[in-house]
This record gives sequence, C-alpha cells and structure tokens, in this order.
Amino acid sequence: MTAQAGIAARPAAAAMARWSFGWPRSGPIAAAFLALIVPASGLAIWRIATQQAWVTPLMLPAPDAVAAALRDLARSGDLTSNLGLSLRRVVLGFGFGAAIGLAAGGAMGLSRTAEAMLRPLLLSFVQVPVLAWIPLLMIPLGIGETLKLAAIGISAFTPVFLNTAKGFRNVAPALIEVGTLYKFNWPQRVRHILLPGALPTLFTGLRLGLTQAWQALIVVELVASTDGIGYVTVIARQMFQFDQMLAAMLVIGVVGFCLDRSLRFAEARLVHRFGGAAA
Amino acid sequence: MRRAVAWRTPALGALLPLALIATWQIAASAGTFDVGLWASPATVLRAASATVRDGSLAGDVWASLQRDVAGLAIGVPVGLIVGTLLALSRLGDALLGPSLSAVRQVALFTWVPLISLWLGNDEPGKIAFIAYAVFFPVMLATQAGVRGADPQLREVARTLCLTSWQSLRRVILPAALPSIAAGIHLALVYGWLATIGAEYLFSAGPGIGSALMTGRAQFRMDQVIVGMVAIAVVGMLLNVLAGAAERRLLQSRGL
Repeated sequence: MTAQAGIAARPAAAAMARWSFGWPRSGPIAAAFLALIVPASGLAIWRIATQQAWVTPLMLPAPDAVAAALRDLARSGDLTSNLGLSLRRVVLGFGFGAAIGLAAGGAMGLSRTAEAMLRPLLLSFVQVPVLAWIPLLMIPLGIGETLKLAAIGISAFTPVFLNTAKGFRNVAPALIEVGTLYKFNWPQRVRHILLPGALPTLFTGLRLGLTQAWQALIVVELVASTDGIGYVTVIARQMFQFDQMLAAMLVIGVVGFCLDRSLRFAEARLVHRFGGAAA
Repeated sequence: MRRAVAWRTPALGALLPLALIATWQIAASAGTFDVGLWASPATVLRAASATVRDGSLAGDVWASLQRDVAGLAIGVPVGLIVGTLLALSRLGDALLGPSLSAVRQVALFTWVPLISLWLGNDEPGKIAFIAYAVFFPVMLATQAGVRGADPQLREVARTLCLTSWQSLRRVILPAALPSIAAGIHLALVYGWLATIGAEYLFSAGPGIGSALMTGRAQFRMDQVIVGMVAIAVVGMLLNVLAGAAERRLLQSRGL
C-alpha cells in the first residue's frame, strides 16, 4: 500500500499505473477468466440482439441458429465430405509445392552455379502473388482439381524455396571449416554439416508453406470452386443461408487454428531435436 | 579471371528465362498450339503496348491503388491505436488479446462473404476488407514495439514528470518507431494483395484485379499475363519504396 502511495506521488507514474488499471500479476485461471469475458459478453449481446430483433436474421442469424446449422452440416455429412476434400487439396498441393521448393532451394543453396542459373528466374516467379496466378491458370485448367492443386502448390512453394535456399546459405562458416578439417567429402558435408545447420530455417519454411497453402485453399475455393469448405460459405451466402455461412466460417477458423498450433508445436520439437546441436 | 566471373553470373541467370521465352515463341510460330488461346511472347507484348497506349492499364492500376490507400487509411490508424492500448494496458491485453489472436487465425479471405453481407458488394465492402487485412500486421508490430520500449526510457519519462500523453508521444512511440515502421511495411504488402483479392470477390469495377478476371472470362491470356506482371511490379515497387522509406526514417532518427 505504501509502495502504491509512493508511486502515486509521481504524476506520470500514477497516470501509467492508472492506464494499466493497477491490475495485479494474475495466474493462468485469472487470465483465462479475463480472456473469456469479451467472447462471452459478445455472445450474450449477439443473442439478446437477435432475440429482441434489433438486427434482422438476414444481417446476423441467432447463435442458436448457427449452432443448429453446424449440427445439420455435420449430420448430413456435408461438413465431413467438403472438409475432407479441402484437406486433401491442401495436403496434395502442399506436397507438390514443398517438394519442388525443397529441390530448387536445395540446389540453389548447395551449388553456386545452380544459384546463378536459377536465382533471377525464381526470384521473379516469387514476385507474382498466387492471387495473380489464379486467373491465368483458370484459362487452360478451368475450375477443376488441377487448378486448386496448382494454386496451392505455388503458394506453398514460395516460402519453402526461399527458406531452404537461405538455410543452406547461412550455415555458419566455422562449421563448414570443421568439415574441411575432417576432410569430409561432399555427401558427408551435406549430411553432417549443411543439412543439420539448415534444418531450423527449413522447418520454418515448411510451416509457413503449409500456412500459405491453407490461405490459398480458401482463396481458390472462393474464386473458382464447386465444392470444399470455402465453397460452403460462398453457396450459403448466395442462398441467403447465413447461419450455415457462419457455421462454415467457424469451422475454417477452428481448423486453421489447430493447423497453426500443431505446426508451431512440431517445429519447436523438431528444431529442439535436430537443430539444437548444430545451431 | 575476375572479369570472367563478373559476366558469368548474369549470363547464367539470363539463360533459363531467355530459353523459356524463345521456346514459347518458336513453338507458337511453328503452330504447335493455338495462339488464339495460349498467347505467345509476341501477342503478350502487343497486348502490353495496346493497354499502355490506350491508358487502360494505368487507369486500372490507379483505381486499385486508390482503393488500397483508402483501406490503409482506415486499417493503419486503428492498428496503431489498438496496438498501443494493448501494449500499455495489461488489463486490456488480458481482455482482448486472446480474442484477437483467435480471430486472426481465421484465414483472411474467409471474411469476404461476411463483409459482403454486412457492407454490400461494392466499394465499402472492398475497402473494409483491405482495412481488415492491414490491421493485424500494424497492431502486432505496434504492440511489440511499445511493449519493448526500453524500461529505462520510461524511467526517464517518469523522472521528467511527463504526463502520460507526453511520455507516450515523446518517449514511448519514438522508441517503438522501428517496429511500427516494419509493421506498416508489411501492411503495404498485405494491403496490395487484399486489394487484388477484393476486386476478384466483390463486385466488378475499375481495378487491375477486375481487369484480370475480365481477361480470363474472355480467354485473353495475353491480357491476363500483362495484368499479372503489372500486379507483381506494383507489389515489388511498394515493397522497395516502403523499405527505402523505412531505412530513411530510421537513419534520420540515428538508429
């Protein structure tokens, strides 16, 4: 209390303290409680506003209607089939894009000649956002599965390629000297020095690539698609089924959240396991 | 030997792009594929010179840039204010931080149908989407910058008996400037992408994104390629200019 009074004697500090409302350092339970206040009151206001008909269901359907729509989507199998299609696209597109990105980035990171040859072409390729590729690809590919895989692949390629090349290039020169000292041949040098040294950056590239792939999936399903979880929001919007639209948005958010969290976790674990020793 | 190395890298670098363009042109001239559908380097150049000469390319890019700036003019200040408040108020951060980071996880374009429902399919919807896209990078960078402002600087502000507004304006925000500048740089990149996306998904109007979609609907691959290159060049210029402004700003502050 005396400390509080001592601080209050200085006007600026008092103002700063007031700014942070003098809130004490709180434990995880208090933090969770505080974190839930905003969503809970938002939900309450949403509910009251729809019940009292302050907003029409055409602008904002009631939370219960959204929950019911989510249940319907899940029960009818529309949710699993569309989400399954979308996830399959992400996995396949990411697989292609990441494989090419690893190959190109690895070649550029390991060979000066390959770097000189590939650098201008690939760096200008990378300048074109995937959004700008979609209309071009639609001309020969239509709106079929190939278009989606190509768009997702391009979006995953960029971060994987850039980080792989950077990872190999930035291996500490001291480590490379150790390899020279041990008279390692080229495969040994790659296997024991360059690869472990590049691994943390490489994982970052893969994580960013998968995040980009997920974003590109939503874009391509909004722009050109007839199925998938992104398309569910589009068709629901067109049919004025806004409860279903919000339910599908919720699913996209939750899947994206889980994807991001598991990737961060995996990256931390893998870097800890492989990268720790070399870095 | 040194001279040999000096020309070797650019020559090797030019090899693949030139080979690709030459193959494309030769195949087109030989009638390997339908030039009407697939375009050729020559038709692309012709489309480029036509759209440059009649001013439609510049008009579309200009319309898109105006839209982009309108979105930035809303999203950047809001990001600055929210980021500063969350960094200064622990309670505010505890209340809003988790909700905001949950909202951020929803893929950007997922919001398009909802925004179009609330604000319509025209200009307000597009600008709101761009503003939303640039909000998060600015907010996060501001929050990190303000929170990271050296505690010693705050101590100085305290001993100088500055009011909280003075200490924010004179001490904390200048210290956070490098981070804020990086956030605005990122916002420029995001804003341009969001502008293109908004022009695809909301109603058609003037703009380079809409022009690309029109070209696609008419199977004009040459026009689409010209538009793609224009989008990439504008994005690159924005990035380069933002980087240069960032460096100038930091240098003038002696950082």
